[in-house]
Amino acid sequence: MKSNNQPAVEVLSLTKRYGDVIAVDDISFQVNGGELFGFLGPNGAGKTTTINMLTGLARLDAGIVRINGIESTQNPKAAQHLVGVVPDESNLYPELTGFENLCFCAALYGMRKNERQTRARELLDTFGLTDAADRKFAGYSRGMKRKLTFAAGIIHQPPILFLDEPTTGIDVASARQVRQIIADLHRKGTTVFLTTHYIEEAERLCERIAFIVNGRIVRTDRTADLLQPVKGKNVLLLSVSDSGANLSGEMTSVFPQYQFQSTAPGQVQVESVEPVNIGPLVRFLEERGVQVTEARRYLPSLEDVFVQVTGIEAGLMQREKEKAGGGGNQ
Amino acid sequence: MKRWIAFWNILAKDMRAYYLKPPNISWGIIFPLAWTGMFFIRSGSGMESILTLLPGVMTISILFGTTSMLAVTITFEKRSRSFERLLLAPISLELLMLAKTSGAILFGVANAFVPIIIAAFLTDLSGIAWFLIVPAILLMGIVSTFIGLFIAVSVSEIFEAQTFSNFFRFPMIFLCGLFFPIIALPVFLRPLSYVLPLTYGVDILHGAIHNEHIMSFTLDFIILGAFCIGLFALSLRNIKRRWIV
Repeated sequence: MKSNNQPAVEVLSLTKRYGDVIAVDDISFQVNGGELFGFLGPNGAGKTTTINMLTGLARLDAGIVRINGIESTQNPKAAQHLVGVVPDESNLYPELTGFENLCFCAALYGMRKNERQTRARELLDTFGLTDAADRKFAGYSRGMKRKLTFAAGIIHQPPILFLDEPTTGIDVASARQVRQIIADLHRKGTTVFLTTHYIEEAERLCERIAFIVNGRIVRTDRTADLLQPVKGKNVLLLSVSDSGANLSGEMTSVFPQYQFQSTAPGQVQVESVEPVNIGPLVRFLEERGVQVTEARRYLPSLEDVFVQVTGIEAGLMQREKEKAGGGGNQ
Repeated sequence: MKRWIAFWNILAKDMRAYYLKPPNISWGIIFPLAWTGMFFIRSGSGMESILTLLPGVMTISILFGTTSMLAVTITFEKRSRSFERLLLAPISLELLMLAKTSGAILFGVANAFVPIIIAAFLTDLSGIAWFLIVPAILLMGIVSTFIGLFIAVSVSEIFEAQTFSNFFRFPMIFLCGLFFPIIALPVFLRPLSYVLPLTYGVDILHGAIHNEHIMSFTLDFIILGAFCIGLFALSLRNIKRRWIV
């Protein structure tokens, strides 16, 4: 993967208020050239507001934004030349066809007719929309709309790409395709700034991630470094009859190599650096009249790190995923 | 060059998507025809009265053609977020808004020529001062469009745009000297006439068509030009304040 040390995006003390509400609160970060940077947080955390400020759609109340060294408040149009934006909602023209929409977006960047038609056909092919090229955008399915909006964002081959929740609300197959395209763009050297509330998506794609909660960045780090504390941990989740929760103390003395934690009523979490041996644990519990209804192993992920760092319960993010629907986490 | 590619394509897209649709073309023909017929029948005079009606009908055609379409299309694009696509493009806000308004200006100018073409079949137009009419129509198209733009950036819903448009348009029909002279208005209403831009355009049209005008053409053109610049600047300021929040 291509990466250099020139900051493609540099943000210093960025702040945005809407009346009494502080949407973005004094955040600073930088995205290096060729890097795939994730901006992870729940809905309402300030992700879209940040993107809007970085791309010139919202005014800064305080702070500095530099795009490839160009201060965006001083020279917004020069900065906009360098960026492509895929917003969280489709914003193309319903009365134009897919092909016309792409050609129109290319024209906004000054591309000549032959050049924009060639590029539009190429992108329709890349996104599997060639058959729908001559259909009106209004008649597209949600996944198709999302893909065409993505294509419109990269029509001028921008060196820096802002993606706002690119897979939210689309089907599994389209989400996989979009993620593959993001990975390909990154491999070819495009700097990608990706906001998402799909933790698995960020973990899978991003080199570095910033966690944003209530308008503040609570941690920025390389994905590998974020995962370090949970790397190599073995976790077993036992679903037990309620009485099992009282046995944690006794279990710790019998199985000192394991750490026990009651995470929810009727649920015991067992952590260990070694693989957890299920048999003795289940026997121990059953001998004491506790019924084990389910034993599930899982590898701790970025979600555990996110919960630990932000204090936001994992269930909240899960509910947001379900609410958004689609294939973002597939 | 790249900026002009963007400019031309925004204009061409708007013309194709909004202005050259059959309902608008039929509106452009039927609307002036209906107004001309109505006033002609009402006046009860001969064909020569067509010339006295022409400035009013042309002005109404321009005013309704420009304001109604522009205010609605921009509000619609703003609501559907496709206007964001334009704001993200690397072209200046001034050029972008000129591109967005050029379609409406051309539509308004074309509408103004419909009653002229109709009149050409009914009466003698040889006495008309075309060198005054053409720039006056263009400036009236621009000023009416910028009134539409001002309305579009002042509202957030399409129905508000329509309501707000009528708030401007209908008083102008009666106050700008379209069908009866300003001098015939009650004294307390006359100052209002002079703060409305179309008064100056209508004055040029009356002077150019049947040589009855109350101000000098130079003054009319200067004031009309000043209104164009002022309304455009005001609209740009509102866009920056209200849409890039």
